[in-house]
Amino acid sequence: MSRPSNFPPPFSTADYVAEPTDPADERIEVGVLIVGAGPAGLACAIRLGQLLEESPDVAERLGDVPVAVIEKGKQPGSHLLSGAVVDPRALRRLFGNRLRMDDLPSYGEVPGESVYLLTRRTAMPLPPPPPMRNHGNWIFSISQLGRFLGERAEEGGTMILPETAAEKLLVSHGRVVGVRTGDKGRNRDGGELGNFEAGSDLVAKVTVLAEGTQGHLTGVALDRFDLRGEDPQVWELGVKEVWKVAKPLDRVIHTLGWPLRTAKKYREFGGSFIYPLGEDMVTIGLVVGLDYRDASLSVHDLLQELKTHPKIRKILEGGERLEWGAKTIPSGGFHSLPRRLHAPGLLLCGDGAGMVNIPRLKGIHYAIESGKLAAEAAFRALQRGETPASALSSYDDAVRDSFIWSDLYEVRNMRQVFGRGFYVGGALASAMTVSKGRIEIGKMRAEPDADQPLLDSNVSYPAPDGKLTFDKLSSVFASGNKTRDDQPNHIKIERRVPREVAELWAHMCPAQVYEVGPEESDGTVRVELAPSNCVQCGAITAKGGRLTPPEGGSGPEYTKT
Amino acid sequence: MRIAVCVKHVPEGPSHIDPSTKRLDRSGEGALNHFDANAVEEALRLKGDSDTEVVAVSLGPQQALDSLRKALAMGADRAVLVSDDAAAGSDLVATSRLLAAALEREEADLVLFGQQASDADGAVLWAAVAERLGRPVVSQAMELAVDGGTVRVKRQTEFGYDTLEAPLPAVVAVSDAINEPRYPSLKGIMGAKKKQQDVVSLADLGVDAGEAGEAGSLTTVLALGEPPARGDARKIEDDGNAAQEIVDFLAEKRLV
Amino acid sequence: MPTVVFLESHGNELQKGSLGVLAKAVSLGDGDVGAVIAGEGARSLAAEAGKFGAAKVWACEDSEVAQPLPQPRVDLLEQVVEEGGYDTVLFANSVLAADVAAGLAARLDAGLNWDLADVELRDGELVGKRPALQDSVYADVGWSSTPRLALFRAGSFDAAPAGGGEPEIADTSPAYKSYSTAVQLVSQDAAESGGGPSIEDSDVIVAGGRGLGSPDNFTLAEELAKALGGAVGATRAVVDAGWYPYSAQIGQTGKTVSPKLYVALGISGAIQHKVGMQGSGTIVAINKDPNAPIFEFSDLGVVGDVHEIVPKLTELVRARKG
Repeated sequence: MSRPSNFPPPFSTADYVAEPTDPADERIEVGVLIVGAGPAGLACAIRLGQLLEESPDVAERLGDVPVAVIEKGKQPGSHLLSGAVVDPRALRRLFGNRLRMDDLPSYGEVPGESVYLLTRRTAMPLPPPPPMRNHGNWIFSISQLGRFLGERAEEGGTMILPETAAEKLLVSHGRVVGVRTGDKGRNRDGGELGNFEAGSDLVAKVTVLAEGTQGHLTGVALDRFDLRGEDPQVWELGVKEVWKVAKPLDRVIHTLGWPLRTAKKYREFGGSFIYPLGEDMVTIGLVVGLDYRDASLSVHDLLQELKTHPKIRKILEGGERLEWGAKTIPSGGFHSLPRRLHAPGLLLCGDGAGMVNIPRLKGIHYAIESGKLAAEAAFRALQRGETPASALSSYDDAVRDSFIWSDLYEVRNMRQVFGRGFYVGGALASAMTVSKGRIEIGKMRAEPDADQPLLDSNVSYPAPDGKLTFDKLSSVFASGNKTRDDQPNHIKIERRVPREVAELWAHMCPAQVYEVGPEESDGTVRVELAPSNCVQCGAITAKGGRLTPPEGGSGPEYTKT
Repeated sequence: MRIAVCVKHVPEGPSHIDPSTKRLDRSGEGALNHFDANAVEEALRLKGDSDTEVVAVSLGPQQALDSLRKALAMGADRAVLVSDDAAAGSDLVATSRLLAAALEREEADLVLFGQQASDADGAVLWAAVAERLGRPVVSQAMELAVDGGTVRVKRQTEFGYDTLEAPLPAVVAVSDAINEPRYPSLKGIMGAKKKQQDVVSLADLGVDAGEAGEAGSLTTVLALGEPPARGDARKIEDDGNAAQEIVDFLAEKRLV
Repeated sequence: MPTVVFLESHGNELQKGSLGVLAKAVSLGDGDVGAVIAGEGARSLAAEAGKFGAAKVWACEDSEVAQPLPQPRVDLLEQVVEEGGYDTVLFANSVLAADVAAGLAARLDAGLNWDLADVELRDGELVGKRPALQDSVYADVGWSSTPRLALFRAGSFDAAPAGGGEPEIADTSPAYKSYSTAVQLVSQDAAESGGGPSIEDSDVIVAGGRGLGSPDNFTLAEELAKALGGAVGATRAVVDAGWYPYSAQIGQTGKTVSPKLYVALGISGAIQHKVGMQGSGTIVAINKDPNAPIFEFSDLGVVGDVHEIVPKLTELVRARKG
């Protein structure tokens, strides 16, 4: 049986770490550089704006651009995708009394909640297990929230630079001094097109990486500064759609069970969510752990199948699909957190650092809180007028003292437990929750997703009907993806692998980037790629390849995800 | 020399028609019409390192400033936005009137337009604007050069290539084959925010509200519907005769 | 509804597209239709216009209109509209006609609806049909005043002789504005015949997709395109695979085309491709897979092997044209 990890991608961390090379007067200098305009990065920017407003002397020392956020998508929100039911505590702490919850672009408080255990035809209601109780939480489109937070950050003096990818970490004398942005205008072979624009060295006193799941430079930094935690990180893949619906949905729904298989050999862990977005829209998504073993499994197609369940079909009846998207979620929890969240000149926030509570399906409020704490640590370090190697360590202390740490600690063994199969895992998980983490099953080591041996049950999914269910290519279209084709391939991957590994990738990818190519004489097959389909979900990095950011502005253009 | 470039902020992402106004829903995200980026690029090439001033001009809602900033980030020197609630829903006649009024103020030697708008609402605007300004107009430019007081244009038509000359001041619409627009550099994006951006109203232009927007438009959208059915769609299986059947089909439609 | 049609001439021939518009105007049956012809030899083309139903031809052979430039024609049309008392002016889209129509709209402060695919008389009112959103929606458009100007998509109407007789010919010579005659034609070069038409301008496109099997099989598309007098297009998939250059790519991230005839060889019809060619007049698709999405929007769908069908098809086309 093959394991994808036996065929590692041609990727070397050293290629993405460099000294600044631009002549000093061409480097772009900013005060604090934040990579990623998601909730973590923008919360950091907003908090810095608040702090700098109160301390104009510090602001002055930071130059013309005290706070800059670079974002690889077309604009804040373009690459943001989640459910999302958000715990408001971090937003309240961030804005204090400057903004009320009503001022935020939410779809209101959670009106009600149901959990179902599905079989192909039935839906058995379950009482929502304690981690899933969402009373007092708010429904958002994270893409819209991102856009909103971006505007607030700009109002506070932050400069947001969209369509800008962070390609390399700039390190000088052992300190992170900024990032090098990616080139634009290269052709497929790497040559320069007529409008070629080389990237720039963007240097800063403090660099905050808030890149989200599978953050490119976050991965580089974890290696370069030896920050990886005790357990390897593992991921889930979420694929979701936003629908216009004829009848309003009056509650948030989570489901377990079908269409995922419960037998232990498959290791299919996950479930679905269906959330109302106001009166006339609904968002539905399926989340599956990437430690699954069946090479023929396709989360996208499982989502399509899920929609045919009688209970779900009814919700979507008379409606129309508006948007589609996919993204991974780090799910290793507490034991997979980096052993330190800072390095000289560097801070790590949010999903990029793995701050996600899988049993509660929440991470946005941790992202926002960590961004706020990072801003406060950066500000403290800047106030003293220098950033010695340990000055940023106050960030780690602040995170350990926060609800991020205590929450993740409480549910620290939930994810791994499900590796033993759904029914056994469910019982153990309940036991752990009810005891608030005091019942320890004994820490289970999480294996990297790419280490899972493959089997191939040759699952076949029903053909899409184009009205309720859709194929991958038309779904990529519905993500707003119009990536420029003639650019270098941004996916690092071993191109000749055993057939089942190629099949794994082809079925795994929700955007149909990979295809099983012709067979070679030694029995391996060639992997063919269509990189411009890529919606940068990050699944490939979990399962044996490596995603790097393509040309800035590429990828999906989410608006309501 | 002063070059004015007319740019449009067009909807991005999946387009929808607003059923209540029967016009394109412009409430979502927008971006600089990519055909206008060719015009901005050409203006910047003509400018080179000289002190020629490149002014980006647009008619639209406040969000259009985003597209004007992109032009500034590419290297334009100044931006002017004509923004007024009364201007919403302007058709060709009204739009050309407003743009001409704004361009008169600029007294540009050369006015550039892009080939068309990706929202299909702005094509052929240049000829109407040139008429109101009383200036010579050349369209479909694929090569452009300014020499003294003359602009020399190579244009592509259905029949081949024409080389034309016109005295400045003139209006030229460039085709997308003329150049590959540059990416704004980071420095350019950061510098754009500091460049002069003026927002002018109809009153500033001396244009009456009745001459703009729906009030000033002479065309109307009556209804929206499905495209005509594709006639008799036929599907056949090849039994050895497909080639002949195809030829017969084409002959029937007088396509061959 | 006194109507006049702008007939474009080139190389002593009236352009088919504008003759089609003339024929359409005549078929609306609302009174006599006039035509305007400008340029050298305009008078001699009047009889041809009559065959397509023009009752009166306004011919202008001034030196000012000798060059194929729009602004002097605006002066001409202004005069014709006034003298002829027309309230409706129709154009067939072309590089020249579009500029004339827009310039005239500004000159007369008249409403111009362009990119129309069709027009009809409804309760005595003229209603245009305008495709929008990449041809997925059709809007009914109208005019709130006269004169009404309409610019139709190239090739919207067939030019069928209406059996008209000799038209009345009026030699017209308008006053020209100084800026109208400021543009000078320095030189003209005909398009190179060797390279074949470009994708954007071609009336016929033969496009190849992965169903062709290999890059060598693109010769099937090329031969057929040559026989039909058209250009060759490609899908993103084959361009990605290096089978054909990016300049031929048709689709969401390539070119958008709307030729009279689009022949799709081995193309599945994913939406990314569809949005680049769905406005084509007639779509013929050949694909081995009976469930290929392209069959949902083609006029003639052929389930079969391109390698067997296309060579035969090319031969038959050559024979017909030969």
